[in-house]
Amino acid sequence: MRYLTEADIEALEIGAAILGTGGGGNPYIGKLRTLQELRNGRSIRLISLDELNDDALVATVGGIGAPIVSIEKLEHGAEGVWAVQALEAHLGRKIDALAAAEIGGANSMMPMITAAQLGISVVDGDGMGRAFPEMQMTTFSIYGHRSVPAVLADERGNLVLFKHTTSEEWFEKLARATTVAMGGSSVGVEAPMPGRYVKRAAVPGTVSQAIALGHLVLAANRQHADPIPLICKQEGGVHLMDGKIVDLKRHLRGGFSVGEIALEGIQAFSGQRGSIVFQNEFLLLKQEGVVRVSVPDLVVLLDVDSGRAITTDVLRYGQRVAVLGLPCHPLLRTPEALKVVGPAAFQLHDVEFKPLRAA
Amino acid sequence: MYRIGVDVGGTNTDAVVMVGREILAAVKVPTSPDVTTGLMEALRQVRKSAGIDAASVAMVVIGTTHFTNAVIERRHLSETAVVRLCLPASQCLMPMVDWPQDLRSAMGEHIYLASGGMEFDGSPIAPFDPAEISRIGAEIGRKRLTSIAICGVFSPISDAYERQAADLLRQACPQASISISASIGQLGFLERESATILNAALAALANRTVRALQDGLAACGLKCPLYLSQNDGTLMDADRAQRFPVLSFASGPTNSMRGAAFLSGHQNAIVLDVGGTTTDVGLLQNGFPRQASTTVDIGGVRTNFRMPDVFSIGLGGGSIVRAEDGLSTVGPQSVGYEIVRRARIFGGDVLTATDIVVAARRAAIGNPDRVANLDVRLVAGALQVMQDRLERAVDSSRVSADPIPILAVGGGSILVPEKLGDTLVTRPPHFEVANAIGAAIAQISGEVDRVVSLEGTTRETALASAEADARRKAISGGAVEESLVVTEREDVPLAYLKGDATRVRVKVVGDLQV
Repeated sequence: MRYLTEADIEALEIGAAILGTGGGGNPYIGKLRTLQELRNGRSIRLISLDELNDDALVATVGGIGAPIVSIEKLEHGAEGVWAVQALEAHLGRKIDALAAAEIGGANSMMPMITAAQLGISVVDGDGMGRAFPEMQMTTFSIYGHRSVPAVLADERGNLVLFKHTTSEEWFEKLARATTVAMGGSSVGVEAPMPGRYVKRAAVPGTVSQAIALGHLVLAANRQHADPIPLICKQEGGVHLMDGKIVDLKRHLRGGFSVGEIALEGIQAFSGQRGSIVFQNEFLLLKQEGVVRVSVPDLVVLLDVDSGRAITTDVLRYGQRVAVLGLPCHPLLRTPEALKVVGPAAFQLHDVEFKPLRAA
Repeated sequence: MYRIGVDVGGTNTDAVVMVGREILAAVKVPTSPDVTTGLMEALRQVRKSAGIDAASVAMVVIGTTHFTNAVIERRHLSETAVVRLCLPASQCLMPMVDWPQDLRSAMGEHIYLASGGMEFDGSPIAPFDPAEISRIGAEIGRKRLTSIAICGVFSPISDAYERQAADLLRQACPQASISISASIGQLGFLERESATILNAALAALANRTVRALQDGLAACGLKCPLYLSQNDGTLMDADRAQRFPVLSFASGPTNSMRGAAFLSGHQNAIVLDVGGTTTDVGLLQNGFPRQASTTVDIGGVRTNFRMPDVFSIGLGGGSIVRAEDGLSTVGPQSVGYEIVRRARIFGGDVLTATDIVVAARRAAIGNPDRVANLDVRLVAGALQVMQDRLERAVDSSRVSADPIPILAVGGGSILVPEKLGDTLVTRPPHFEVANAIGAAIAQISGEVDRVVSLEGTTRETALASAEADARRKAISGGAVEESLVVTEREDVPLAYLKGDATRVRVKVVGDLQV
């Protein structure tokens, strides 16, 4: 168990963006809110999966909706608390701890804020260990737990309880329609589950992992050191290439930003060529036509100099990026998981997932 | 009739006289601490040099970093009341939450949250309540605050509630200058709100400054109108400049890029503006700088102004050159404006980038004998470092692999070699006053940025309606209707939102009615 500090939250912003693999939304507003909770005297108590009681009740919390709405219409601030309380009223018992459904990007901060407000713990683990575009792409869902019952809240205090849906896809569809009616953004508290299930199904240690990554990058920046080899060492990842973006194709498909980048190697990687496919997140890296990393392993693009994450919405021609492959957790590499988050789930039907080999 | 363009920089005030596309005269004088004295001197000299009388000057356009510097230096800022129209949303973070404490204190923390924000489709989050605004107005009046910033959620889609609130607050506080966010920024609430607050806080300074500039013109016998150039390379009249000082924040780099476009005849190019300490690198698209898509930090405050996507590298004429372990380094330390004393070729004892190009016989200025005995490997090494950094900067500015011209302007542009990569570098005539020329040729713009629902309509209709509004804005700003052209037009479907929500952005630009 540990209490998170302001420095940890600054680090979490950076680490969560790296684990966001290009997507997941910008954690900036969430970071400001989390820092504010700390400055108002509240605390963020992070507990490991080992410390979690088997009978404790854990729910996930996160924002749902279009990023443009979340940067323009900020939250009331109590949505998470209202939704947790409504779910507790439905279940007839207290929720003991919150977890992120998605550690990558903006949703890394929501459990910190809500748990601080409620005075309960945050679980050191999440449902993705990275970012994915759809709600059912969590290990909680993959290993058999349902997202419902769930509650969606808006800033007016509207609370919508999803008592039951006939599939995870139906929940995604109905939650999305509700979110649009709420003005394009909502806060969802979902998938109440017992501690013993979370211990088995959560990607463990991801909050500490993101914070450690952020501290590493910040320390390297302070010492004018190159953070990239340090990140690879810490994550067991591979520095696959440094390259310049020489082509960028992008379009929208079904509400997602989809596209492909061509890279030309620079410096030590001069003469090499690479290409990356993305759909909100980076999905696949090929070098010389051969797949080197594919989803669910993490394809991470970092600024060559600062080591800060580059997201798919700011890609541009001529950018110099470092490409890293980071291994995902084994929970995402099982046959059941690959059905939901493997290459085929992203229409990459000709790609067979091969685990990233550490250098 | 003649136009005079002026760039009031930190070191020099440049002025040019133009008629049509012709440049009649260009001068450089030192900037004075009070701005006005230097301006008057520049106006006097440039008129004399062009041989024109005051009555034949149709307009004076000034580009200045005065307001940016006020924010950076925390000087001359007024205490400002902030009225946010949002409730019940957006209570989770208060205005200025991410500002540096000293700047936030300068604003006085007079913060009011009220209803009257909108959803992305323009429907109210909660109904606008005039009584609530009047109560807030009464309190602001009691505090005797003279500047007010109003920011409503999704106001770029419709500014109706911001305007109603402004009217009510004006009744309660007739002396106050009021800034509304829809006139200032785009979607992205905290950044737009911060920009609006800065604008309100600068209102009094803008008032004084613009009047001083007008007095300077009058003292020179110039009775023509005064304009200031904006971030996007277009003009605002003196009245608008007093109301929207933040819109001049990035006029410096914009003017030099627009000036480079004019001087070279290239509408699409990469521009290197080389000064004493840094080089600004940016991309011209259709004669205008490409706009930044991310937030821009000014004096520690994140804003989302329409700013040119220009980045700086630490390489300029005064950059200090050193040899370390047999390797040459150039910058980022610089002697800056002291180059005229401290560079070797000017009799000083600091080896600068300018000394290197003189030693390599790429430029003939100062006293070349003073660098005749430099180690050839040091010179070659330093030239290579400069070449590499400029090539890298040019590469980062490209948007495609297609060949694109490279333009070098600014006083330090002798540092730029003949060729970068495979491209010959163009150094247009008058490159040293590109800034003032950019000011002289500024045009008028109108812009619309909003989210619309395409339900029951089409993409084309939505774009046409946005364009019509952008045209109306430009014409009300003084543009000649027939000269208007569309410079930006895009629609981006928004992920996750049904009802075919689409962000539409249109910008038109045209000549000023003279």
